[in-house]
Amino acid sequence: MGVWQSYRLRIQRKRWRIRAFRKRRELHPVANRTAQILANDIIVFCTQRNERTRLPFFLNYYRDMGVGHFVFVDNDSTDGSLDYLSGQPDVSVWHTRASYKRSRFGVDWLNWLQRKYADGHWCLVVDPDEFLVYPFCDTRPLQALTDWLDASSIKSFSAMLLDMYPKGRLDAQPYEEGRDPIEIACWFDSGNYTLKKNKKFGNLWIQGGPRSRVFFRDMPAKAPALNKIPLVKWDKKYTYVSSTHMLLPRGLNQVFDEWGGEKASGVLLHAKFLDTFSAKAKEELERKQHYSASVEYRAYAESLKDDPELWCKWSEKYINWRQLEILGLMSKGNWA
Amino acid sequence: MLVHTALNRAEQVARHWTAAGCPVVIHVDRNVPRRVYNRFTSSVADNRMIRFSERHRCEWGTWGIVAASQSASELMLESFPDVSHVYLASGSCLPLRPVQELIDYLAARPRTDFIESATTADVPWTVGGLDSERFTLRFPFSWKKNRYLFDKYVDLQRRVGFKRKIPSGLVPHMGSQWWCLTRQTLSAILQDPERETYDRYFRKVWIPDESYYQTLARQYSTNIESRSLTLSKFDFQGKPHIFYDDHLQLLRRSDCFVARKIWPRAERLYQAFLADGAGAMNKTEPNPGKIDRIFAKAVERRTRGRPGLYMQSRYPNAGWENGLTSNPYSVFQGFSELFENFEPWLAKATGARVHGHIFAPDRVEFSGGQTLINGALCDSAAKRDYAPEAFLTSLIWNTRGERQCFQFGPGDNQDINWFIARDPNAQISVISGTWAVPLFRSNRNFADLRKEAAELQRIESSHLDVLRSTHTKARIRIWTMAEFVEAPMEPIQTIIDEIGPPGQRHLAEAPTMANLEGFGQFLQNLKNQGMHPYLMGDFPVEQGPVKMPKPTRKPYLVR
Repeated sequence: MGVWQSYRLRIQRKRWRIRAFRKRRELHPVANRTAQILANDIIVFCTQRNERTRLPFFLNYYRDMGVGHFVFVDNDSTDGSLDYLSGQPDVSVWHTRASYKRSRFGVDWLNWLQRKYADGHWCLVVDPDEFLVYPFCDTRPLQALTDWLDASSIKSFSAMLLDMYPKGRLDAQPYEEGRDPIEIACWFDSGNYTLKKNKKFGNLWIQGGPRSRVFFRDMPAKAPALNKIPLVKWDKKYTYVSSTHMLLPRGLNQVFDEWGGEKASGVLLHAKFLDTFSAKAKEELERKQHYSASVEYRAYAESLKDDPELWCKWSEKYINWRQLEILGLMSKGNWA
Repeated sequence: MLVHTALNRAEQVARHWTAAGCPVVIHVDRNVPRRVYNRFTSSVADNRMIRFSERHRCEWGTWGIVAASQSASELMLESFPDVSHVYLASGSCLPLRPVQELIDYLAARPRTDFIESATTADVPWTVGGLDSERFTLRFPFSWKKNRYLFDKYVDLQRRVGFKRKIPSGLVPHMGSQWWCLTRQTLSAILQDPERETYDRYFRKVWIPDESYYQTLARQYSTNIESRSLTLSKFDFQGKPHIFYDDHLQLLRRSDCFVARKIWPRAERLYQAFLADGAGAMNKTEPNPGKIDRIFAKAVERRTRGRPGLYMQSRYPNAGWENGLTSNPYSVFQGFSELFENFEPWLAKATGARVHGHIFAPDRVEFSGGQTLINGALCDSAAKRDYAPEAFLTSLIWNTRGERQCFQFGPGDNQDINWFIARDPNAQISVISGTWAVPLFRSNRNFADLRKEAAELQRIESSHLDVLRSTHTKARIRIWTMAEFVEAPMEPIQTIIDEIGPPGQRHLAEAPTMANLEGFGQFLQNLKNQGMHPYLMGDFPVEQGPVKMPKPTRKPYLVR
C-alpha cells in the first residue's frame, strides 16, 4: 500500500470521526450508567428499533457470556423497548428520532458512543438478532477469548453472519418473549459462500447463504455482505466504516490468514427469519431507511408474497460451535 | 515463584506449596504498583514460609527475569538451609499432583537436575530466526516496545558482521525457563567466582532466561535430566498455551507435576488441583503425550490450515493454499459426447457421484438433475459464474468423502480452466474434437454448424494450451478422438483404476459408443467449406462402424 493511499484512508477515518462527533447531538441520554463500567468489562453496543420481544433473551444471552455492560441507541421505538431498556441495571441507553439512514445505519451513533465509552475495552457491536458463537463458547466465558486475544496481540475478531431459518413457513412458529430464537430458526446453509478480497480496506467480502440462494438467485452480486468484525479491542481512534463489515485503520480488517493457516474466528447466528420478519420487511420498505435504497427489503417483499421456504433438503441443523468448526464456517485457529 | 499479575492466584498456589512443607520465595515484578505489592505482602504475612525477594523490572526477553530468579534463589538457599531442590515456577503455574508426590520423586533422585538444555544447533524451537545469533549479537532495544529498532539493529549487526565473544568455556544451551535444580548446582552457579563475567555477557543475550541456567548448569551439574518438570506448551509464535476449565480431565491424565499457564479465572482447575489430594500415592512418570498432540494440532491448524477450505479466517494468497481443493476429483471432457450412456455407466463403474456439465451456460447440471446439492449449493448459473472458483471449491469441500466426477467441454464457462489445471487434486481426461459429434448428429443448417464448429475448436484449442502449460499440476490425459476410437477400453480402464479403490475388479460392462457412421464425411464437408477441424485427429472419410470390444468374461468351469 502506497503512502498516498494510506494517507487517504487516514483522511477518511478522520472524516468518519468528525461525522460521528457531529451526530452526537442527535443522541439524548435516557439512562446513562456508564460510570459503572469496570476497567476490564466487555461492552456490547447495539442499535435497536421496536425489538421489545427479542430484548430479554438477547440481554441474558450476553450476560451469561460475561458481558459487563450494554450501550443501546434506541431509534424511536414505539413498542416500549426504551422503557424496558432504561429499567435494566447494566444498560445505558440513548434515544434518537433522527434518520437511521443518515447516521449511516447507526454506525455514526455507535462510533461516537464507542469513542466516548469503549476506549481500552473489548467491545462487541451486534444487532438484537445476532448471537455470537466463538470457539469453546460452551465451556469458556468471553473473557477467556479476549484474554487470549490480548496475550496474542490480536485486536479484532471476525464472526461471519450465519443466517438461521426455520423449517416450513416463517410464521409457523411464533416467537415468544424470552425464548431462544435459535430453537425456532435452527437451520442454516453450510457451504454456499463466496469470498472476495476488498483491496482498498483489506477485508474479505463474503456473500451467500439462504438470502443469496432464494432472494438473489439471479443477481448474486447484490446479495448482502456477511463478513463481520464485531469484537474489537477498541481505541478511540478507530471507526467502523460500513456496519461492522470493516474498520479503519485497515490493519483491523486483517482477521484472515493469507499464508494457508487459519486464524481463530466465530460466527454470528442471525435469527432474522422469524414470524416477525414479514411485518418488519414491510415496515422497513415503507421507512426506506436501509442500505442501497433498501434493495434487500424490496427483494424480500417480492419473494415473500409467495411465502417462500428457506429450508431445503441440504439445510444443516444447528447443534453447536464444534459442528460449525467442522463444516469450516469458523475456526479455533491455534486456540486450544 | 515469579509473579506479575493475578496475585490472588499466586497467593493461593503459594499457600498450597507451604501447606505441604515447601517454602516459597516470591518475586513480584517491579512494574506492579507499590500499593498492590504492599497489600499482597501483608495478606500473606501470616505465613512464615513465604518470603519476598528483591524486586526487578521484568520485561519479556530481557535480563530482568534472570536477575529476579537469581535474587529469589539466593534468598531461598540462604533462609531455608533444608532445601535440597529449588523449583522455578511462575504465578500462573499450578501443581497437578499432590506436592508430596513431587517431594518423593525428587528425594528419590537427590543429585538430578531437571532442566531442559540443548545446544542451539540441534533444536528448531526458536521463533523468528534468532537461534545461535541470540548469543552473538547485542540486543539493546526492546522487542515489545521498539520492534522497528530491534529488527534494524539486528540487520545492521548482521551486515557489519558483528559477533560477540562467548566467554571461554561456555557452550550455549537453550531450553524451557522452568527448571528444578539441586542446591549443589544452583549454589555453584550463584557463587561462581566468574559469575560477574557471565552475568555481564548474558545481560545482552536475547531471552537470557532460556539460556542462562541452561548453559551454566552444563558446567556444574553431574547429572542433567534434560526435560522440564513443568508442563508448558508453546504455540507457533512462542507464547505459552493457556489451560482452561475444560482441560481438567486432560491435565489429570497427564501425570505432570506442574502445569503452566493456567487462566486465572479457571475456577474449576484451581478448585480441583488445590484440594487436599494427599491421599493417593502415585509413582507414575509424567506423560504429557495427549496434551502434546492437541496443541500440536492447534499449531498445525493455525499454520497450515485445512486444505481446500476458504472461509472468513482462511483466505490464502495464490500459491499458499496447501492444496487448492480438499479432495481428488475427475473432469471428463468429450466422453459424454462420444458415449451415449457415459454418466450412468461411470457412476455404476466407480461408485462416484457423476455430474453433467456443471459449468454449462444455462444451469449447473448436478447429478440426477438436482437443483441443490450438499451445503445448499444451488444450480443457478448466475451464482456459479459470479465466483466459479468458489463454486468448485465449495462443491468439493461440501462432498468430502465422496469422489466427484463432472463433464466439461468447450461450450462451458472457461473461466475455471486455469484453476483446475493448477490443482493437483484434479484428474482431467480429454478426448479432443468430440464437440463435433453433437453437431454432426444435429439437424441444423450447415452454415450455422460451420460457425459453431470453428468457435468450439478455437475454445478447446486454447483450453488444451492451458492443460499443456508448464504451470499445470493436474493429472492430465489427452487423446484425439481418432486415437481414442481405435482402442477405447484401455484408456477407460486406466482412468477407472485411478478413481476406484485399489484392487478394482475388471470392468464388467463397456459404455455404448455413439453411432459414428458418416462422421468422416461430415468432417470432410467442414473441410470443404474451408473450416479445418484438426482436434479430432485423422478420421478416414469412409469409416466402418466402430466395434466396442466386449470385455472378456471370467472363465468358468462346468462340471
